[in-house]
Amino acid sequence: MSDYNFAYLDEQTKRMIRRAILKGLAIPGYQVPFASREMPMPYGWGTGGVQVSAATLTPEDTLKVIDQGADDTTNAVSIRKFFERTAGVATTEETEKASIIQTRHRIPEADLREDQILVYQVPIPEPLRFLEPRETETRKMHALEEYGLMHVKLYEDISQHGAIATSYAYPVKVEGRYVMDPSPIPKFDNPKMEMAAIQLFGAGREQRIYAVPPYTKVVSLDFEDYPFEATKAEHPCDLCAAEDSYLDEVILDDQGGRMFVCSDTDYCRTRREAGHVGRLGTETPLQTGPEAA
Amino acid sequence: MYVAVKGGERAIDNAHAWLAEERRGDTSIAEMSLAQIREQLKLAVNRVMAEGSLNDPDLAALAIKQSRGDLIEAIFLIRAYRTTLPRFGNSRPVETAEMACDRRISATFKDVPGGQVLGPTFDYTHRLLDFKLAAEGEVAEAPKAEPRREPTPHVTSFLRGEDIIQSEEASEATPKDITREPMSFPADRATRLQTLTRGDEGFVLGMAYSTQRGYARNHAFVGELRIGTVAVEMDIPELGFAIEIGEVELTECETVNQFKGSKTEPPQFTRGYGLVFGQSERKAISMALVDRALRWKELGEDNLGAAAQDEEFVLSHCDNIQATGFLEHIKLPHYVDFQSELELVRKLRREAEAARAAAAQAREAAE
Amino acid sequence: MSQTDIYSGGFADPAVAAAHGFRAAMDVMARPGERREITGGIAPEGLSPAAASLILTLCDPETGVYLAADVDSDALRGWITFHTGAPLVSADKADFAVGGWAALMPIDQYRIGTTEYPDRSATLVVELTEFAAPNATLTGPGIKDTARMYLPDLALLQRNSMLYPLGVDLFFTSGSEVAALPRSTQITAEG
Repeated sequence: MSDYNFAYLDEQTKRMIRRAILKGLAIPGYQVPFASREMPMPYGWGTGGVQVSAATLTPEDTLKVIDQGADDTTNAVSIRKFFERTAGVATTEETEKASIIQTRHRIPEADLREDQILVYQVPIPEPLRFLEPRETETRKMHALEEYGLMHVKLYEDISQHGAIATSYAYPVKVEGRYVMDPSPIPKFDNPKMEMAAIQLFGAGREQRIYAVPPYTKVVSLDFEDYPFEATKAEHPCDLCAAEDSYLDEVILDDQGGRMFVCSDTDYCRTRREAGHVGRLGTETPLQTGPEAA
Repeated sequence: MYVAVKGGERAIDNAHAWLAEERRGDTSIAEMSLAQIREQLKLAVNRVMAEGSLNDPDLAALAIKQSRGDLIEAIFLIRAYRTTLPRFGNSRPVETAEMACDRRISATFKDVPGGQVLGPTFDYTHRLLDFKLAAEGEVAEAPKAEPRREPTPHVTSFLRGEDIIQSEEASEATPKDITREPMSFPADRATRLQTLTRGDEGFVLGMAYSTQRGYARNHAFVGELRIGTVAVEMDIPELGFAIEIGEVELTECETVNQFKGSKTEPPQFTRGYGLVFGQSERKAISMALVDRALRWKELGEDNLGAAAQDEEFVLSHCDNIQATGFLEHIKLPHYVDFQSELELVRKLRREAEAARAAAAQAREAAE
Repeated sequence: MSQTDIYSGGFADPAVAAAHGFRAAMDVMARPGERREITGGIAPEGLSPAAASLILTLCDPETGVYLAADVDSDALRGWITFHTGAPLVSADKADFAVGGWAALMPIDQYRIGTTEYPDRSATLVVELTEFAAPNATLTGPGIKDTARMYLPDLALLQRNSMLYPLGVDLFFTSGSEVAALPRSTQITAEG
């Protein structure tokens, strides 16, 4: 623990964030403006998610932080340490044991439970932003439920490429009303968003919070003749043989050697511990990264 | 388990240790003190205070030292510290007309009551490297004059009598605080000015420069530029009156801009306004030009489509802490998204390839 | 149980009590019809510990609070001012409105947000004497299949949900328990 208040933020800031979360839950998919604070980590590094987690944590919580599905990536390590230091909460790498999971770019493979909360770090909360850069315009579009521009974009993809050329941050419609950015998760994860857990989204730099309550309808935008597809690499995991998990492609050598492994490190570990063995056995043949250096 | 950027707490700790060593540099060279930074790199300290929105030279000096002279990093340290500070209250608006000026110039009149006071300026120096400084030479004491006792009136106040310059409405309304309320558009002028004063000096300078070069050109005269200290007063409810709690150094710039009149306003001079912590005159002048450009709507001018007229563009992009954070975050792992793009591009290529092959086959069959 | 002086009855450990209070509030707002314990705040006579704790959890100088006539008293005003600093305002300006159902009416005096900012709307904290037997079936976000709940005026609340995405959101409090009804919930009368 430190001299800072529980979970770093002062109480008034937490109340402001909590009020925004409640409005977000009452209007699923609507982006609630909030007076995001400057955090001791850069914008773009998850300041929105961190503020939402800080306002949500209680001392009894067990926190898990993942980036790209992994607990041991630099950003995840840094955020986990931040909360260990400022909130003194227990942390875990096991999805099963976590009560709050803060994530960047992935939804865990294991089904989340009603007593869990998933907090997403969001870089650009506005799904229409790349079609219309002006907030004044996109706000009107949401107000009028005028989402033609998005459908035109998706349709142009189809006419040009024969498919919708969006593979992550794939837009969804929430409870038949608001088009929402699911954060840059691969579209493989989109169908998981209809879940039992509460989903909270924090965009610090863009000063927006939004939410999806449990069991809310979350539909990936598509067309009848070009239905949405949740795609992944067409391989099983080379370590745990999972056929149903999102895979990272890892380059093994300069001869075109590749391995495919679960991006969700906890899911992969749990499966290997349960005796599942992939094509390359249970241990990676490769040790790289800064740790090895 | 393999991941492309495998952090590990040890790797992060080692990186931080290396950073600390690099920051210190060659240990046979004497370490810089905060007082040295505060006194000898004062303009850097000023910029960090201005864009960090915190008037504390010692903390700014510490931030500069810690950030190895990366001023945006220093500003970030100050901002992050600032948000944790409790708020005891608000000061009264400072009276810049009462400023004890170290520097005060006007480009619009040869001489003005209160005089042209050059002060400590680079303006007339020849930009020749002074090799004497390399030898750590002491400087001779500058000649001193008697300080002015009476207040120095604003130059624009002399134009007001003639009603030839647009008058600013006094308001008792409490302006919104951009650090406590989310930005929304359209933004009022108080919000725009607050955002610009902590905006990145380079960004605001570039925007101002673009108006000078014709993107929403509105020729600005520096009606007045003044630098000096003003008293900061705070109302104490228990006492029933305001007391002086300290003083701050400020740079204030008011531009006088020609204005031919519009559908709603008569021909008259209009103003742009800049107010920045410390001696930051480039920033204050830039701010005044951008402020003026952003006022097109309230003055009934045409929207020329220039970047500097576009409040959403200017206000959403002038904060260097937001900008650098988002820019630099692309260093973080994005391999999950990249993987999904890989799959997609491979699929699109396979389909395009198949379509091409089918077309070629059809052609062959036809021949 | 209740306090007569305005200075006591605040959260003993504000950061932790508010965190627990919020989790109860969030849980029920995310799951219409469910109830949670919310405690720690004790207001002067006339307000349940649940409502008192909600106020301590969510209100501060940035939120206007309206007290309906049935709960309005100098003691409660003093208590809210002392513990939260929240300004006491009229119904049309309220971020939070507190009181019994009848006293809070009419519902159309509260802010329902604008099409561009539907979040600029009031939240009602409705004091119930008890959570009576359910008279409504609920569906919508936060509800797996259906949920059941007692609501004071079905027709009026159905009209509120018709305004979606505008409308008010409601907490219901009784004793030390809280439940919620966001504007997104569809309501059908039972029986």
